[in-house]
Amino acid sequence: MKIHEYQGKDLLKAAGVAVQEGKVASTPEEAARAFEELGCSLGVVKAQVHAGGRGKGIAIGPDADRAEALAIASGQKPRPEGVAQGVQLVRSAEEARKAAESLLGKTLITYQTGIDGAKINKVLVADGVEITRELYLGMAVDRAVQAPVLMASTEGGVEIEEVAKKTPEKIHREPIDVGFGLADFQARKLVKALGLEGAAAKNGLVFFKNFVKFFIDSDCSLAEINPLIVTDSGQVLALDCKLNFDDNAMYRHKDIAALLDPAEEDPNEMRASESGLSYVQLDGDIACLVNGAGLAMSTMDVIKYHGGEPANFLDVGGGANKDQVLEAFRILLSSDKVKAVLVNIFGGIMKCDIIAAALLAAYDEIDFKVPLVVRLEGTNVEQGMKMLEESGRKIITAKGLTDAAQKVVAAAKGSA
Amino acid sequence: MSILVDKNTRLICQGITGKAGHFHAEQCQAYGTNLVGGVTPGKGGQTTLGVPIFDTVEEAVKATGADASMIFVPPPFAADSIMEAADAGIRVIIAITEGIPVMDMARAVAYLKAHHPTARLIGPNCPGVITPGQCKIGIMPGYIHKPGRVGVVSRSGTLTYEAVWQLTNLGIGQSTCVGIGGDPVNGTDFVAVLKMFQDDPETDAVMMMGEIGGNAEEQAAAFKKSGGFTKPMAAFIAGQTAPPGKRMGHAGAIISGGSGKASDKIAALEDAGILVAKSPADMGVTLQQAMQQA
Repeated sequence: MKIHEYQGKDLLKAAGVAVQEGKVASTPEEAARAFEELGCSLGVVKAQVHAGGRGKGIAIGPDADRAEALAIASGQKPRPEGVAQGVQLVRSAEEARKAAESLLGKTLITYQTGIDGAKINKVLVADGVEITRELYLGMAVDRAVQAPVLMASTEGGVEIEEVAKKTPEKIHREPIDVGFGLADFQARKLVKALGLEGAAAKNGLVFFKNFVKFFIDSDCSLAEINPLIVTDSGQVLALDCKLNFDDNAMYRHKDIAALLDPAEEDPNEMRASESGLSYVQLDGDIACLVNGAGLAMSTMDVIKYHGGEPANFLDVGGGANKDQVLEAFRILLSSDKVKAVLVNIFGGIMKCDIIAAALLAAYDEIDFKVPLVVRLEGTNVEQGMKMLEESGRKIITAKGLTDAAQKVVAAAKGSA
Repeated sequence: MSILVDKNTRLICQGITGKAGHFHAEQCQAYGTNLVGGVTPGKGGQTTLGVPIFDTVEEAVKATGADASMIFVPPPFAADSIMEAADAGIRVIIAITEGIPVMDMARAVAYLKAHHPTARLIGPNCPGVITPGQCKIGIMPGYIHKPGRVGVVSRSGTLTYEAVWQLTNLGIGQSTCVGIGGDPVNGTDFVAVLKMFQDDPETDAVMMMGEIGGNAEEQAAAFKKSGGFTKPMAAFIAGQTAPPGKRMGHAGAIISGGSGKASDKIAALEDAGILVAKSPADMGVTLQQAMQQA
């Protein structure tokens, strides 16, 4: 689960992690007032969307050319004068109001949002602090060490992936014992690696310890502070933050779970997860319904291998019942792009005749306008396939992955 | 011989009175697995499926001599159950539970490493382990397997069934099939399983199913290349068409940045002399080719 920058900063602040002061605003007037209340001479107005690349991103209205906007946001085309950027510097309440006006209600296109962009419903007005150094701090679970790892670099403010690729030696890593948190000696190593001295060294120690504690206590899956800044007076502050949380642990963090912004979520993906389905929308025209994540990805692969384009990833999990299949079909068929549907179920414990009955029941409740190809395997497979074949519905049965893929690709082309 | 489990394995099920735990314990028993007991706190003294239920794993081990455990405990309590099994001296802990918080698993794995380094955790979020014809521990359908000499290891569930079914239909039997699970922090990686298959005289070749995300497949390739695994090997990587940054069901299956991509994994595997199936429909025949080439 992802949250907005302003929400992340609130959580960090409450956990004793120093952040750049700021106030969130939903209207231009609120933004102007926020600037005044912050009492700063220089401020920053930042679009609040989940995607990264906001600084170079541009805010556009409903009629603007999105492809052009994406090219500008990705740095492939120069930015024309007067185009609103996702992050803007302001020097007065009036400028803050104008900046907010140029962003709120618009769509922000960044290299990460792609052509769809993200609607801007809120802006963060932040104190434009004096920056002497920009550093990077990140934390994520590393499979290889089976624990979270804290990463720090002196190369802040830039694409950390680039730093990792070109100069991996510039990223300092500390594996974290989750029972223990960040040990003092580890915090001192970090301070040294980042070249923090005097007051900044002291503030850094506190920042790192509390940051790691927050990560563990809140069940983060990813936390990035980029940039982590050092001010003239030796303050160490989070100028930005990106926090992701472990969905499986949100049952014990009701406060964090409540921060979910439905506007940022794909409506179909949300709908799917409410029914215990795992769904990801893709660009193709062949929808698929599969049990198990690995087999679902493989089904996408085999469709592509035979010249088709998958429209989605959909994992119905281990116990595909009629209601789940019905909801899955509804989600799949909600896109007019879909020209054929492939069901691929390896019924292990679930028997194929039960699955066939669920498929037929769901089929009858939906006005199926596109061809449906079904491949079943597992217990009672003959019985299940016979039920489908003798049902009188327009269901194409398939045997094996290749047969299924070839049939569904042909069906999609035929009905195009 | 096989690896991890065989006809002598004595199994308990933690969470045996839950719906899924009860159902699958019964299925394992029906396959011929020697189920000797179950654990559900508060239900000690009762019996189910003809075996005694205990309040703690410690009591279960003392009374039954169990050496393997299958865990169906709900996610919030599953990591604790893993540690309890290790503490009680269980040798092979197979955690089926899906959806355990990653931080809980990081704690449990750290605990096992520090206090019970010889305990072998398989999973979580995995189909389990089966030595065909001898012992099934997990949720896989038993009948698709056939006793034989090919080891199978996979991060996925139903994709493993697909591969096993292809092998069985080609007349190729399996020594042991291990589902290591799709979570970011798990007990056993590909390399650990390859080591076991290397040392098993009854395994002639290995079929490995990986997927996008992480670098466990690259590590397996490096292990093979360094001479740690010398038997014929074939592989398949799921998620070749998955777009970057999207989570594909498994917490593990997400590509971020430059690593974790299917193309990088396939290149590493091929570089190590492992045959990689282009289509998931060809997993079985690719393994057959690998064995013929050797």
